[in-house]
Amino acid sequence: MGSTDVLGRTEGGDLRLVGLTKRFGAFTAVDNLDLTIPQGSFFALLGASGCGKTTTLRMVSGLEDPTAGQIFLGDQDVTDAKPYRRPVNTVFQNYALFPHLDIFENVAFGLRRRGFKSVKPQVEAMLELVELGHLAKRKPTQLSGGQQQRIALARALINEPQVLLLDEPLGALDLKLRRQMQIELKRIQTEVGLTFVHVTHDQEEAMTMADTIAVMNHGRIEQLGSPAELYENPATTFVANFLGQSNLIPGTVETSTDDVVTVSAHGRKLTLDAKRCRSVSGKVILGVRPEKVQLAVSEADVPSGFNALGGTVSDASFIGVSTQYLVKLPSGQEISVFEQNTGRAIQRPGTEVFVYWDPSQGFGLDGSQDIGAGAALDEEGAA
Amino acid sequence: MATQTAVPAPIAPAPLKIRRRSPLAWIGDHVLLAATVVIFIFMLLPNAVILVMSFNQPIGKYDYTWNQFSTEAWAHPCANQALCSSMGLSLEIGLIATVVSTALGTMIAFAMVRHRFKARSGINALLFLPMAAPEVVMGATLTALFFNTIGPGSLGFWTITIAHVMFCLSYVVVTVKSRLAGMDPTLERAAQDLYATPTQTFMKVTLPLVAPGIAAAALLAFALSIDDYIITAFTAGQRTTFPMYIFGSVQRSYPAQINVIGSIMLIGTMAIIAVSTILGRMRATRR
Amino acid sequence: MSSTALLDKSDPPAAGAPPEDRKPRRNFTPWVLLLPGLLWLILFFLVPILTSVSASVQTGNFDDGFKLTWHWANYVDAVKPYWRQYLHSGIFSVATTVLCLALGYPVAYFIAFKGGKWKSLLMALVIVPSFTSFLIRTIAWKTILADNGFVVRILNDLYILKITSKLGITVGTHVLASPGAVVCGMVYNFLPFMILPLYTSLEKIDPRLLEAGNDLYCGTFQTWRRITLPLSMPGVIGGTLLTFIPAIGDYINAQLLGNANTGVVGQSIENLFLRKTDGYPVGSAMSVIMMVGTLVLVMMYIRKAGTEDLI
Repeated sequence: MGSTDVLGRTEGGDLRLVGLTKRFGAFTAVDNLDLTIPQGSFFALLGASGCGKTTTLRMVSGLEDPTAGQIFLGDQDVTDAKPYRRPVNTVFQNYALFPHLDIFENVAFGLRRRGFKSVKPQVEAMLELVELGHLAKRKPTQLSGGQQQRIALARALINEPQVLLLDEPLGALDLKLRRQMQIELKRIQTEVGLTFVHVTHDQEEAMTMADTIAVMNHGRIEQLGSPAELYENPATTFVANFLGQSNLIPGTVETSTDDVVTVSAHGRKLTLDAKRCRSVSGKVILGVRPEKVQLAVSEADVPSGFNALGGTVSDASFIGVSTQYLVKLPSGQEISVFEQNTGRAIQRPGTEVFVYWDPSQGFGLDGSQDIGAGAALDEEGAA
Repeated sequence: MATQTAVPAPIAPAPLKIRRRSPLAWIGDHVLLAATVVIFIFMLLPNAVILVMSFNQPIGKYDYTWNQFSTEAWAHPCANQALCSSMGLSLEIGLIATVVSTALGTMIAFAMVRHRFKARSGINALLFLPMAAPEVVMGATLTALFFNTIGPGSLGFWTITIAHVMFCLSYVVVTVKSRLAGMDPTLERAAQDLYATPTQTFMKVTLPLVAPGIAAAALLAFALSIDDYIITAFTAGQRTTFPMYIFGSVQRSYPAQINVIGSIMLIGTMAIIAVSTILGRMRATRR
Repeated sequence: MSSTALLDKSDPPAAGAPPEDRKPRRNFTPWVLLLPGLLWLILFFLVPILTSVSASVQTGNFDDGFKLTWHWANYVDAVKPYWRQYLHSGIFSVATTVLCLALGYPVAYFIAFKGGKWKSLLMALVIVPSFTSFLIRTIAWKTILADNGFVVRILNDLYILKITSKLGITVGTHVLASPGAVVCGMVYNFLPFMILPLYTSLEKIDPRLLEAGNDLYCGTFQTWRRITLPLSMPGVIGGTLLTFIPAIGDYINAQLLGNANTGVVGQSIENLFLRKTDGYPVGSAMSVIMMVGTLVLVMMYIRKAGTEDLI
């Protein structure tokens, strides 16, 4: 019995979800999801708690039966395969290391269940990969959180699964350790070249590690793309707010050409790159990231061709690398500005200022959406 | 950088009186200690008396007072044939009742914790009732049933055992249930994810983790069974278990051998606890 | 094992086709697990109780057999001549529960908060005595409270027995064969059942909460009253139930440490069942009264204490 055919592994196995749906009573956790995850990619499912990302993961691992739809690995339908018959392994949120077994036996668990007689070389090699070979005889409770996390990873990876699922794998670690593990996970993924599907509510974590991110909301995928794509060109207000911060300014389209869209908002004309507009008529929402906005004391200092709005500084917080301002417009809306610490004087609250930005840095969204969607969720998830 | 926004100061409260730690607190702590010591003496005194009285040479039939030192009872613990055979009967019933009630109770506990089904609250009530019912009621009603069905003559070994399994069952369920409920269900999912079939998951993960709970439940069932008097008295017919023998001795004569057995029970359990504690410590320090 | 046996190949559904809902499988496993144990409880607990309800309205004797005659007068016979026993059972069990709480709380509190590294040893000391047969330990009180023992001598010297016999707790210059001795034996027997749940709930309390109480201007007593006591209520409720339920049915202590005037319901039921030939219907009626009475009291208490999750 070879190690590759026992679980029906085939080369070129993309993970495909077709019309995947999960309902718990009247609640739809995952709603008719269609998704293809190419082999060898590091894919992140990003969303707030309750958005359906963990349920999706559990259906892929086989721990949850879908209400409808299918799951394919390569060209094989694994929808009805038992979890212990799928070439898929999971790194659980709280690691789920077996407390009654030592580290060696934890890592060897999957191989032993599949009938491997000699497991020692593989287990030792795997423990080396995660740099914990010296802890083989310890019990899980004697390990630190970071070490437990690596053992959980080793225990899953040793089975050479076609897809590795990571369920908030870094959630229980403190911030510093999390950064370190993010880099390490990325290194291991590159080294072993497996498909990683990573579920997280932490947008920074997703952006640091994943090649492709799918932002989920209410059981559906809001947007799919590379981290830069999602950040620079969010498709919805939810993505704009959930992934980093955005200044979202409601307005109405005045004119639009193939290149430039002019929007009137706050009594001024603001321009947008037409290629970055999701909607070019009627009500739109103009978005710009805080770090792309700058401050000027007088309108004369605003470079020509830039969008500018006048307001009053209502709060300034110095955080070292940058200063974060809130500028209140006459309409009451507050614009957030991150100014790099280049040695410029800090504007005190009450100062009259102009906020300005390069029109090519803004993005336009359909004006019929809830402007605050996803904004509070990020904080909730991070807490 | 200075704070940018002015925060209004809260309305000043009445100044606090700073007191030193009151002497009352000192007295309180020591009264608590003294009360604990006295209550511990109250709880442990009978065991000390049993140990002392096991070396007594009783004078009269109904005498429970100290007379004279003697090792007679320790030298011949089975001098009284009926005493030792009643102990044998109790052990036999205790073992059977423990095995059966632990098996049935563990199955119920697994069903209650790991499965979704209807009638859960009804089953919970059925499990709770035997613990809420006075023993004398269970004994009397069960006897009434046996009278009505198999007749008074058939009371004996099996009717006692049936009764013991019945009243141990709920306690086993509660004990195993709490252990199971405290177990992280992701461990079983992790096992399945790592290619363990349901049977392997149960044998390799669930059972080893729940085993301490099952062992505790079995111990509890055994202790309940071996110590029961009331229900046994109703269902025993002509048989005499150890507690029934003791109870009968109060009216006849109270041999010092009973105190010997009481002392052995105490010393035995203490020895088991001490050994397991020391073994646990050793295992912990070896790492 | 071939790969196709594990993972069926099949074509993906045509694009755009609405996904069809799959039926979840029916699972009989829980019933297989539940059935043997539940049957045992139904046959040997529930059915007997129902049989007794029917027996309580029968008439007859052992030689001629019993017949269901709807003889409700059995209930009159089960109450009228025995009102003293009901009264004794009630007083003894309530007194026992209150005393166990009063003695058990300080001990549990001390072990939980001041026990330090001795915690587990002290808890072992609470439990260890229970491994000796409770009958032997109860009979040991006959030695401790014997007339020529030092306990009785001290109590006599301090004139305490004078007061207690005036109150009807003890009889003359003796302690044995009195209501006081019965309650003493019951408190002794059921105290561990009080301490265990109390300790469990007290032990769970984070000591930082008590520090927070002190920080927020509570004195020692106020901290106990406002923080510790409310948090230990599950233990108090559990402990009182675990004490009261066995106490109300207990007749061993009354038999071994009491006298002819301390009879309780349990003794009467035993007499009617095991020592009389025609007492069986009246005994059944008394059992039914006892069962219903206990359940009503326990349910009222649980309702009032506001907790339903006891098991």
